[in-house]
Amino acid sequence: MQYIDEYRDKEIVGRIIKKISSLTTREIFLMEVCGGHTWAIQKFGIPSLLPKNIKLLSGPGCPVCVTSRAYIDKAIAYSRLQDVIITTYGDLIRVPGSSSSLNKEKSKGADIRIVYSVLDALQTARENSSKKIIFLGIGFETTAPASAVAIINAANEKLDNFYLFSSHKIMPPAMTAIIEEGVTIDGYIAPGHVSTITGSRIFEHIPAKYGVGCVISGFEPLDILQSIYLLIKQIKDNNFKVEIQYKRAVKPEGNIKAQNIMKEVFTLRDDWWRGLGILENSGLKINEKYSAFDAERIIQVNVEELIEEDGCICGDILKGVKTPAQCGLFASQCTTANPIGACMVSNEGACNAYYRFNK
Amino acid sequence: MGKSILLEHGSGGKLSRNLIKEMFIKYFGNPVLNNQTDSALLNTDSNLISFTTDSYVVDPLFFPGGNIGKLAVCGTLNDLAVSGAIPKYISVSFILEEGISFEDLELIVSSIADEAKKADVLVVTGDTKVVNRGKCDKIFINTSGIGILDKKYKHISTGENIKAGDKIIINGTIGDHGMAVMAARDFAGFKTDIRTDCACLNMLITDVLDAKCNVKFMRDATRGGIATILCELTENLNIGIEVDESQVPVKEAVRGMCELLGFDPFYVANEGKIIMIASADDAERVVEVMKQNEFGIDCSVIGEVTVNHKGKAILRTGIGGTRIIEMLSGEQLPRIC
Repeated sequence: MQYIDEYRDKEIVGRIIKKISSLTTREIFLMEVCGGHTWAIQKFGIPSLLPKNIKLLSGPGCPVCVTSRAYIDKAIAYSRLQDVIITTYGDLIRVPGSSSSLNKEKSKGADIRIVYSVLDALQTARENSSKKIIFLGIGFETTAPASAVAIINAANEKLDNFYLFSSHKIMPPAMTAIIEEGVTIDGYIAPGHVSTITGSRIFEHIPAKYGVGCVISGFEPLDILQSIYLLIKQIKDNNFKVEIQYKRAVKPEGNIKAQNIMKEVFTLRDDWWRGLGILENSGLKINEKYSAFDAERIIQVNVEELIEEDGCICGDILKGVKTPAQCGLFASQCTTANPIGACMVSNEGACNAYYRFNK
Repeated sequence: MGKSILLEHGSGGKLSRNLIKEMFIKYFGNPVLNNQTDSALLNTDSNLISFTTDSYVVDPLFFPGGNIGKLAVCGTLNDLAVSGAIPKYISVSFILEEGISFEDLELIVSSIADEAKKADVLVVTGDTKVVNRGKCDKIFINTSGIGILDKKYKHISTGENIKAGDKIIINGTIGDHGMAVMAARDFAGFKTDIRTDCACLNMLITDVLDAKCNVKFMRDATRGGIATILCELTENLNIGIEVDESQVPVKEAVRGMCELLGFDPFYVANEGKIIMIASADDAERVVEVMKQNEFGIDCSVIGEVTVNHKGKAILRTGIGGTRIIEMLSGEQLPRIC
């Protein structure tokens, strides 16, 4: 298949692995920030090809993984309201809350609909004027612009039954926090899709301040391997910088239009990340102008008491200080069929990927 | 506007009788069914009887290349055929939601008749219930099937004779059915030319068995895709399996749609694909025979049974890496970003 097979060429893969192996024998820890990278790395069996001294760690870039249990509990509470239709990306419905999940609520009769685009949620709002349609907005700079567009469209159409329950977050504060916490990282395989929106400049403080290189990577095997090569080259040359490997999609300035749309609708707030706690100015909140579309402001609901799962180390896994195999629940109590921690739910979660491809 | 199914069509009264006569007997009629006895009386001989049942609830009812009726025949017949049996008789039971059109029902019933005829099986018994609107989704179908199993093929369904070195063969491209249905749901505005692979494979299987190939195992790869079968096999029989991704046939359109949605075709449903395991010596002949049949043209040897890593199915990825093939849990969902 054109534009796919070129990036999966076995022979070129072999050559680049050889080059990577010849660069260094020292132990190197690289973190892939984005869940899409985690998934691709495991799917293509990249760890089995890399020399043993190159270790890949999974980072905090899986949207459902970093979302708080309190958020899930509140979404569940919303779903129990009679006049509400919950619209959500599919992954979220299996994430366990304190005592239930959206999936369980759905089987009990809650109107919860999986959508593939927030614009489908908007359509649901148009078609169900007597109901309140709440879209569960999760994800980073990749999904946030679409949520913003939906709100702007809803405002233009004067739709009064569409609401966003935002848990949108931005990536750089988490990447900084991981280094600040003292996790050993020699380089970041920086998120490709996020960067198509933000551009590369948002990462510039990371090499400058911490001496940790960032290579913005595409999602095909050769993209990822080339990014690994570039990172190790930076380490070898002691020349840390932000490089764009994913040039066919990412520009230094990013997508200005999408950035402006986000600015129009959202304002920064402190937000909670699984594993990292509350990070300053890391979350996106709907601003005053569009507050009529903010589910949290407009729709009041009683949320059950938060109960966090004992023994689950998703937080440490998201920071890269522990691997799924080090979790006492992994593959025994916590499986893809019966996930306990959020990292086991999504395809992009480190535990899920590790379970499916390496168990 | 055409006639619609009413609750009374399931009442057991006159309308039910009419429906049976004017719809089901009209299409399925044969000496056994025409007796309209409570259970069908069937001739058999000293061989084993293979018996199976399955229910079909697909949405939408019609999709490129097939419909729920075709599916209901093929699915059940394939379950019989992969055990090595020759399918003979099936039952067809409908649960109909009031309000569905006769036109749709007739299309579905005629498909069932067509497929049964092609596969040389008789529809010998059936049932119809009509439920209130909203109590089922248009049409649900249950089919049961009976086949005659020659004792010499008893080992095929259990796979008890499988040993290291045996070859794993698939009769064609994977993921067609799942992606055809998804596209038919107008999923994310997809316009594709993907058609379901839904087909009765009993003739293909008979061709291979009649060629005296040493077939050690067969299973049809339906929901859960080929990955699920490979995982079940390795776990149940405690054998190792290695599959070469580059040898697994996938249509370009299916691959493209999977790439876009973040699906793995290994987990996508098929309705006309079998995983067959044959002795290494006979694998080539199996391929030769399969290629003569319209449902085996794209067949391929995709891997082999190994001495190593017992209990696990290992995939050699297209780029030369290795990883485990794991059983699917829940539904495959598109990735968020």
